[in-house]
Amino acid sequence: MASLTIRNLNKSFGSTAVLKGIDLEVKTGEFVVLVGPSGCGKSTLLAMIAGLESVSSGEIRIGERVVNGVPPKDRDIAMVFQSYALYPTMTVRANITFGMESRGVPKRAQAEALARVAGLLQIDSLLGRKPSQLSGGQRQRVAMGRALVRDPALFLFDEPLSNLDAKLRVEMRTEIKKLYQRLNKTTIYVTHDQVEAMTLASRIAVMHQGRLQQFAEPRTVYDRPANMFVAGFMGSPPMNFLPAQIAVSGPAAVVIAESEGQAMRLPLPDKVVASAGEGRRVILGIRPENLTRYDRRRTEEKPYLGTIQAPVEVVEPTGAETITIVRIGSREVIALFEPDAAPAVGETVTLAVDMAKVCLFDPETEMLI
Amino acid sequence: MPDVAAYDPLGVAGTWRRRRAKLVVYVLLGLFALYYVVPLAIVVLNSFRSLPDFSRNGLISLPHSFSLEYWSLAWNKFCVGGTCKGIEPFFFNSVAMVVPATIISTAIGSLNGYVLSKWRFTGSEILFGLMTLGVFMPGQMVLLPWARVLGLLGLANSTSGLVLIHCVQGLSFTTLFFRNYYVNIPDDLIKAARIDGAGFWRIFRKIVLPLSPPILIVTVIWQFTNIWNEFLFAVIFSSGTNQPITAALVALSAGGMAVHQYGIESAAVLMAALPPLLVYLFGGRYFLRGLTQGAIK
Repeated sequence: MASLTIRNLNKSFGSTAVLKGIDLEVKTGEFVVLVGPSGCGKSTLLAMIAGLESVSSGEIRIGERVVNGVPPKDRDIAMVFQSYALYPTMTVRANITFGMESRGVPKRAQAEALARVAGLLQIDSLLGRKPSQLSGGQRQRVAMGRALVRDPALFLFDEPLSNLDAKLRVEMRTEIKKLYQRLNKTTIYVTHDQVEAMTLASRIAVMHQGRLQQFAEPRTVYDRPANMFVAGFMGSPPMNFLPAQIAVSGPAAVVIAESEGQAMRLPLPDKVVASAGEGRRVILGIRPENLTRYDRRRTEEKPYLGTIQAPVEVVEPTGAETITIVRIGSREVIALFEPDAAPAVGETVTLAVDMAKVCLFDPETEMLI
Repeated sequence: MPDVAAYDPLGVAGTWRRRRAKLVVYVLLGLFALYYVVPLAIVVLNSFRSLPDFSRNGLISLPHSFSLEYWSLAWNKFCVGGTCKGIEPFFFNSVAMVVPATIISTAIGSLNGYVLSKWRFTGSEILFGLMTLGVFMPGQMVLLPWARVLGLLGLANSTSGLVLIHCVQGLSFTTLFFRNYYVNIPDDLIKAARIDGAGFWRIFRKIVLPLSPPILIVTVIWQFTNIWNEFLFAVIFSSGTNQPITAALVALSAGGMAVHQYGIESAAVLMAALPPLLVYLFGGRYFLRGLTQGAIK
């Protein structure tokens, strides 16, 4: 069953179109993350689902009901804002019960709901405080409490973690995930952080320039990105792109152009050649973790392994892994090394490319082949 | 850890130079203080002096006589414009004018500001611009229109008429104050409240108004002081026993008497100046805080 259905949704401010033909169907109990760079329209889309922005054309359904003209309070939604939007003059208790108060819920039911949420989020001891007396993490909890106290059809989160410092953000992320696993409520979550998207989502909707680029499970978005934008946006460090041409010589091979005059031949799985076609010009997308130091013992089980010789230009150890920038032809390419196997600057390394994991894109349309 | 006592805001290191800089600052401040306090002191002292004292020692002098009589005469016995009840009735005319006018203009200004900042509509910015135009409009420009309006409404020479004038004339200021204050209240609060099921009035009462005390105090002090001290409308649109105190003070000193009753006039002026002064004394610190502080900290 679908909790949220969006059909051909458009939004313009004056003559500027900010959302173009969005189609989205969210099943009950799904955690959908809307992700994209700032200005991609994700927050506008969320505001439209909430009823805070009007619909230019298209249709939004919550459950079975078309809600295009329904005011926010009647949409059966709850929302957590980036700024938390806690009412500054009210205590935590009053903040959480304000919605029930507005809807005329009896006092006893209010007290029960409050106790349930306060226990769930462990904010019992904060109920008498004002928002200004809370830390960032506590405010975040109260904001979630305000949303959770009702039992809406849809939870909306608008970048709820971006005001927290890095450590707290990771903690709260885990907490949101735990909460979701416990409650299994349909959730729409907006973020610009692709790590949040990957870690939290049941499905990710990647947006760019007002269009939905891809809507799929995190694994699919990461392994089989629909186009070069998604491929470059999801994953850090980002995917490498190299222009190439498909050729057949014995076993199928991709020929990388412009590699200091020397052609590099990398083996391709047969089915890829079959679908792409021989002789076709392509963009080869390689994730940094699939590009690492060649090691005969560890690479034997991988059937499609190519090797590239490249000089090392920059070495950036992060502790867990070492980010290395090498030069292939005129391009800088990012490879990931284990810290023990990290090369030195100036060294020319032999890199192994796991060709079973690469993506091929059409150079014209930038779409995945 | 820097020594607090050695903190040197003027940036002039060295004991001697620091002392000299301080001396200059204090002498200058003292001069300014004197400049503002001396006229007030003269009026206060004059309110206790007798007429012969004035004729012998002039208008500016230390008292050679002392009496509290002039205060009581000025308050409810001295003859102003034909009635001999002192300034008391006029004082209460002013109270009857300033209290409703301040409350109504502040209340409407607050609502205006709320709508113009949080419930914008097509043309609301233009409307706001036009309303603030009133801030720069000299009172003389609207005398004739007001005379006509008061005549049509049957409010000529009445306290209600002046209340109406001050409410309307004050709206530009109060709307400007509230709108600019409310603009700083995050829109997310309003959105959250809308999702929480609150409507226009509930959001105003429960969320916006509780955030308003600083700007409420600023506006009330501003309106109270301005309306109390207002002279032009008072003297043009009221006469006889209906005059507010500012107009009556003029009648008092221009009463056609041969001898100026300096002691009584001084006492009357001081009593007339007292209410705004008290309002400022009690609300002054909120006034400054309200002007400098944003809505949400």
